[in-house]
Amino acid sequence: MKLTRRELLTTFLGAPLALAACREGAPVRFPEGEIVGQSDALGHVIRDGRNFEVPAENWKTVKIAIVGGGIAGLSAAWKLKRLGIDEFIVLELEKDTGGTSASGSGQPVGYPWGAHYLPVPFRENTELIELLDEMSLTEGRTVDGDVVVKEQFLCREPEERVFYKGRWYDGLYLHVGESEEDKRQLAEFQKQIDQWVNWRDASGRRAFVVPSANCSEDPEATAPDKISFADWLRQKGFTSERLIWYCDYACRDDYGLKLDQTSAWAGLFYFCSRVRKSGDESQPFITFPEGNGRFVNHFAEAVKDKVLRSHMAVSIVPNDKGVDVICLAHGQVRGFHCDKVIYASPIFTAPYVIRGFADDAPFPAGEFLHNSWFVANLFLKDRPKPRFARDFPLAWDNVLYESPSLGYVNATHQKGIDYGPAVWTYYYPMCHEENGRTKLFNYNWRELADVCLTDMSRAHPEIYELTERIDIMRWGHAMISPLPGFIWGEHRRKALEPYRNIHFAHTDMSGIALFEEAFHHGLRAASAVRQ
Amino acid sequence: MKHVPLLFINVVIIATCGLIYELLAATVSSYVLGDSVTQFSTIIGVYLFAMGVGSWLSRYIEKNIAEKFVDIELAVAILGGASAPVLFLTFAYVTYFGLVLYSLVFLIGTLVGLEIPLLMRILKDHLDFKELVSRVLALDYVGALLAALMFPIFLVPRLGLNRTSLLFGMLNAAVAIWATWLLEPLITDRKLLFLRVKGFVVLVILGIGMIKADSLTTLAEDGLFSDQIVYAKSSPYQRIVVTRGKLGHSLFLNGNLQFNSFDEYRYHEALVHPAFASFAGEPRNVLVLGGGDGLALREILKYPAVERVTLVDLDPLMTGLSEAFPALSELNRNAFADPRVTVVNADAFVWLDNKRDEQFDIAIVDFPDPNNFALGKLYTTRFYGLLKERLAPDASVVIQCTSPLYARNSYWSIIRTLEAAGFTVKPFQTTVPSFGVWGYALAKQQPFETPTKLPAGIELKFLNEDYLASLFEFPADMMPPSDEVEINRLDNQALVRYYESEWRRFE
Repeated sequence: MKLTRRELLTTFLGAPLALAACREGAPVRFPEGEIVGQSDALGHVIRDGRNFEVPAENWKTVKIAIVGGGIAGLSAAWKLKRLGIDEFIVLELEKDTGGTSASGSGQPVGYPWGAHYLPVPFRENTELIELLDEMSLTEGRTVDGDVVVKEQFLCREPEERVFYKGRWYDGLYLHVGESEEDKRQLAEFQKQIDQWVNWRDASGRRAFVVPSANCSEDPEATAPDKISFADWLRQKGFTSERLIWYCDYACRDDYGLKLDQTSAWAGLFYFCSRVRKSGDESQPFITFPEGNGRFVNHFAEAVKDKVLRSHMAVSIVPNDKGVDVICLAHGQVRGFHCDKVIYASPIFTAPYVIRGFADDAPFPAGEFLHNSWFVANLFLKDRPKPRFARDFPLAWDNVLYESPSLGYVNATHQKGIDYGPAVWTYYYPMCHEENGRTKLFNYNWRELADVCLTDMSRAHPEIYELTERIDIMRWGHAMISPLPGFIWGEHRRKALEPYRNIHFAHTDMSGIALFEEAFHHGLRAASAVRQ
Repeated sequence: MKHVPLLFINVVIIATCGLIYELLAATVSSYVLGDSVTQFSTIIGVYLFAMGVGSWLSRYIEKNIAEKFVDIELAVAILGGASAPVLFLTFAYVTYFGLVLYSLVFLIGTLVGLEIPLLMRILKDHLDFKELVSRVLALDYVGALLAALMFPIFLVPRLGLNRTSLLFGMLNAAVAIWATWLLEPLITDRKLLFLRVKGFVVLVILGIGMIKADSLTTLAEDGLFSDQIVYAKSSPYQRIVVTRGKLGHSLFLNGNLQFNSFDEYRYHEALVHPAFASFAGEPRNVLVLGGGDGLALREILKYPAVERVTLVDLDPLMTGLSEAFPALSELNRNAFADPRVTVVNADAFVWLDNKRDEQFDIAIVDFPDPNNFALGKLYTTRFYGLLKERLAPDASVVIQCTSPLYARNSYWSIIRTLEAAGFTVKPFQTTVPSFGVWGYALAKQQPFETPTKLPAGIELKFLNEDYLASLFEFPADMMPPSDEVEINRLDNQALVRYYESEWRRFE
């Protein structure tokens, strides 16, 4: 089905903007670019369940195979190396490791294709702090023992701004024009958050903390998981439009879901898990121009002789001696006899790859639902001039209040480059319609670029002139969806158990897609396979 | 027609308005483009020519002259009334400012040129030709005199350009509405109401503009410069304006005064020589961050021992200003031509971050005040940490730190930030009449004594050894504030917020 431009823009951006854009006609100048990365077709080879024969000379033996080179797999590899274990390999299906923390490099700076920051961990998250120390991102500890991250890696002010009715304002929550009732509700919301921040169960555990494995399992704390965040807000009497927007933005930003799709537990996790005690600021963000690509590159360097890129594990066969892993690599079929496997890929793929899993599945892998995104990188020859003298200036994160997208992040911000060429990363979660994934792959580069530029042009009419190139990544399976009931449901817990000699490690297993969760599961699996 | 004498008042007002629009266009264009001789000359030329075109075109208006006259007046009211705000906004947001400027001037001129001939034709049946010409033209010139006197004496200083423009537009519209009564017998009843409605709409639109004039003014440099603009150009980074007044030249960046040639030597001697005075031995390699006017260079180059000066300034237009504007190279004694000087056009933050091996004995840090985030980063612990990596162990640094009197928290925030970055700091201050009381920091990487001796054999106009020690003394109202001031970091930009709240009081 071929869509008209107006239908396309209406689907993604709503009718008013679509009408306005079409009235103006197609832009005079349209930048170049292409769809990059993620080989959708490649991944689907697995789904089709073909049989692969490994020639005898292509068999090798290795103690541990890590299937998947995203953050979970790389963290597992990094940990094995630190534990002094050397006999392992990492199999990555794409040309490059990183998964949704992938990044690009170039001038003036690198840029992210997905995850792009990490909140400074609490002092209790010692393993993650070890990583930060190893990367020289830290400079000691405070008297309380909190990690001190070097200034140049903490997100530089101004951190966020929001575009509303033609103007840019400081911060993410929209204060301008708020009523007394809005203020009261915001304060009340803050009170609710503070209560949860200070909440402890009988054994002293917090309700919300990173990694989520350390969260309390007390029914009082997990109860919000049963309802959506929208319902939770409704039950508590919150009606303020801007507060609802703020919470909806939080869900879209962290989970790729709308407010009424997100578990209230996950919603509260977003607001509570990075605040030590009520009244404290949320933990600051560590960020780099290339986003979490910095961590990927560090891991990849640390285990560089272990990573096999463009190696697609097509069949994993558990047997009495261990596990055989069969890969497609550069047109060849290769096999590895392993003792153990760390399955660091999205959980839903397990039945397609692991032989026998579908027959006696310990948990329904299909319940691990993912949502889709597209991410665009815009290479600008210069920045748009502020339209109004009192507009809040370009920030790190630039959010469009009236848009279903998340706005854009400026990659040059953290390097202190405030003039000239820039790279802006635009994020669009496909949560506004059913079948987002199928739809996403029906659109080509030109259509998605048109969506992105039309959306951006509401704040920056000159974006067509300034953008020299726009590349787009379509993430078919971007993030696990924390739908109500999933996080504290039984399926997720069962996945924590190994299946024969296969240990699962993925952020999916937390029900929320975060660097810290992937890291936690990578390290957990590494410790488990070592025994 | 009963109101002939009243129509002559109309002539005076029309004439006044006409000249006001002409003066407005010329003033706005010399504000924003500089070179007022050229601007006034070309605007007046185009305007007068357009009036001639208008007069000639009046022959083609044959019927319903009174109606057409009112319509033209309303058109002049809206175009002339909106002219100043439109031109300011055009300059800010449109590339082809010149095209818009001259089109607008031509259009207004043409319409104004139509007015008098039409009015004379309306009056010709009531007066004989001799009388008509003498009265109308005489009053026309009286109106011009009124405008020419009011404009510089009252209108620009009191109302500013935008309000003047809108006010005279409203006056013009009011005259047009009034004319519908004066010329009532000559206009059909059906048209009469329509003209009056149109007139009120124009009046209301301009009135709204008048009420909103404040927000228009923030967009423009309206009324900002009291002296004559002799150079004005925009780079991608800032707007550079040089004015000339009784006391000499002044340089403005984005409307903020950087120096006045009358007293800049005070500022620059205090900026440079304490660093040399506290350096043991002969400094050879000097770094200047900012300072694209070359005036700090002038002071540095007085030291024969200095072998190399690297000046890092963001804006090539600024470092090239001496060449484009000879009065400045005279003032900085042609510093940029000195073979010891190397100019680098880069953001100092990014330049320092891309580490190179060179080490400097002296660093002079002379950035504009931290009034935005891009400048604020140049006053952070991170920035000073990067700077330290480029300094010889016993290097001396002087940093300009805004005013400890007007912006006390800002000043002490910079001092504390330098200390947090590991510098030993001696705060000092002096008076520069153009700026008021101004603050600096002298910093080294280890504890040191306040300098008491100035380097020998250096010609100075301001500093002497009696005064040197007193630079480092602070009166009570400039001492550190009793509340702890925040350290300025990249991730809090506390200084920009201090600065904004403190200087806003004086706006």
